[in-house]
Amino acid sequence: MTEYASLLLDDPIWLVAVKALLIFVLCVLLTLLAIWGERRIVARMQLRVGPNRVGPFGLVQGLADGVKLALKEDLIPKAADKVIFIIAPIISASTCFLAFAVIPMTGKVLFFGEETVFQLTDLSVGVLYILAAASVGVYGIVLAGWSSGSTYPLLGGLRSSAQVISYEIAMGLSFVAVFMYAGSMSTSEIVDSQAQWWNVVVLFPSFVIYVISMIGETNRAPFDLAEAEGELVGGFHTEYSSLKFALFFLAEYVNIMAVSALATTLFLGGPAAPPGLSFTESWLGGWFTFIWFILKVALFFFLFVWLRGTLPRLRYDQFMKFGWKVLIPVNIAWILIVATLRLMTQEGASQFMLAGFIITVVVLVMLATTIYESSKAKAEAAARFVPEMPEPSFPVPELPKQKRVEL
Amino acid sequence: MTGETVMFWVLAPLTVFAAVGMLLVKKAVHSAILLAFVMIALAIFYIAQDAPFLGIVQIVVYTGAVMMLFLFILMLVGVDSSDSLVETIKGLRGVAITTSLAFAAALTSLIARAEFGQEPLGLVSANANGNVEGIANLIFRQYVWAFEVISALLITAALGAMVLAHSPKSSEARLSQRARSVARFRGASIGTAAGLPGSGVFARHNAVDVPALLPDGKPSDLSISSVLAERGDVQETKRYALDGLPKLDEEDK
Repeated sequence: MTEYASLLLDDPIWLVAVKALLIFVLCVLLTLLAIWGERRIVARMQLRVGPNRVGPFGLVQGLADGVKLALKEDLIPKAADKVIFIIAPIISASTCFLAFAVIPMTGKVLFFGEETVFQLTDLSVGVLYILAAASVGVYGIVLAGWSSGSTYPLLGGLRSSAQVISYEIAMGLSFVAVFMYAGSMSTSEIVDSQAQWWNVVVLFPSFVIYVISMIGETNRAPFDLAEAEGELVGGFHTEYSSLKFALFFLAEYVNIMAVSALATTLFLGGPAAPPGLSFTESWLGGWFTFIWFILKVALFFFLFVWLRGTLPRLRYDQFMKFGWKVLIPVNIAWILIVATLRLMTQEGASQFMLAGFIITVVVLVMLATTIYESSKAKAEAAARFVPEMPEPSFPVPELPKQKRVEL
Repeated sequence: MTGETVMFWVLAPLTVFAAVGMLLVKKAVHSAILLAFVMIALAIFYIAQDAPFLGIVQIVVYTGAVMMLFLFILMLVGVDSSDSLVETIKGLRGVAITTSLAFAAALTSLIARAEFGQEPLGLVSANANGNVEGIANLIFRQYVWAFEVISALLITAALGAMVLAHSPKSSEARLSQRARSVARFRGASIGTAAGLPGSGVFARHNAVDVPALLPDGKPSDLSISSVLAERGDVQETKRYALDGLPKLDEEDK
């Protein structure tokens, strides 16, 4: 058990309650800021200004939109399954907050005179718990699509749940290498294990796969096929309006924050300061680490917005093929390599053995890519093949003044 | 009363209600949701009894994967498919009831006669090195063979299901999208490369079953939707042909 985890154990009940409340408020505030930030950043990328009327720099725009949304008429379609139609957004919105319970957001700080960490609880299976919360959250999407009682929501619900489930597998696999390096599944120990090197350096392939799958998992552009406006209207939430729609909206943004926070925890050292700036960790009585944490989360959020502003939407089958045939196999191969290296260093293998293993892996990868490239070239050549065709003939009226030439 | 007892007395009746409700509700999706609730409640019980790994895995695997698959299939089958109580195979209900009763009897007698042959170790010693490590030790040391055999069995079953469910693809090679596009502009089909001719709605009749007339006065069968032809709603197209078009040569004179 780490120092932080033992600090959490002696938290009095009132402190736990205050922390839970603070985390909830933080999530909602971050959502409001995120909506504003996303609109402003995307606007800049498209050479526009973005919302700038409500409050300084348009900062309160999200709040104004929220109030407007809440005052809209709440419609329930006649064909809907009423109970489930109401339960679905509640499931979505309540599960998305759960992930934040195990995210360490500061180093050691003083909280109303109590020495603790800004983290609600520390579970020995913390990261798996986040995965479990996410998998329950999918029910909100599926049930919303089903209970609406019309076609587009059903298709959107099916699509997005298939998407979330398949990308959850790639995501879960990218945790494995991190678990092996940290020797634990608890978030605080994973943060602790990155004191020397952040995992983004050590386990770069895992990081890349996690980032891709977290975008797929949250149904965001370029993977937002579930709400492809041109095909499915709004996807699973087509029939939702007013506060119920607001709950889905909130859930989407809190989910983005949650996966970003998890990425920060697993790969960017959590609340730790960047290398070389560790003296800042004691500023403000330790609270400065919270700023580092928020900055890292904001970095990931900027990535989300950047991708949305840059990339066109993928086709559904390409997207699923990418998940199942590229991300998951690559991930499994990478886990095997990491596990072998880890075992070799633990068993005290010589430098030559390690070098030999690495060279073998590199050669194998090069061989695989060569074979892949040549088969791709062949497939492209086959695609260029066009069968012989007869010349076309057209029913054309006789042209005026055209005389038949008798032979 | 400890926190655990309070939690038990709140959650246990709810779980039992949900389990009974699962059997009684009409719509398949409702019973799937109630079953998911029972699974989550069981997971919470596991966690409360110091088995956090088992509890979380129960949610990830059963609620997140298995139940979700069920729900998926239910949704694909139909939006408002309430359980039909018609027996599709005769005598199936009797067989099902007998089998389940026999299974229940077998299970009850087995559990009633079960002896562990040793005193339970207790949570403290089971979780001595941490809960996850304890389970890992059991699965990957003591029962590693059983574990591997079961996983091989499951993989074989999954592969078998895929092989059985997969329909064979047609043997002739399919042209790629690009090849088909090129072929459209090179071959005989260039006449329709820019789309099929529209029906003769505005030519002489105000109807979609009237063919368009080609420049030489012949009716074009392509201009009529093949669906109409399939339904037999199309009249003989020949009767719209223009035979009496003046020959251009004659016009000149």
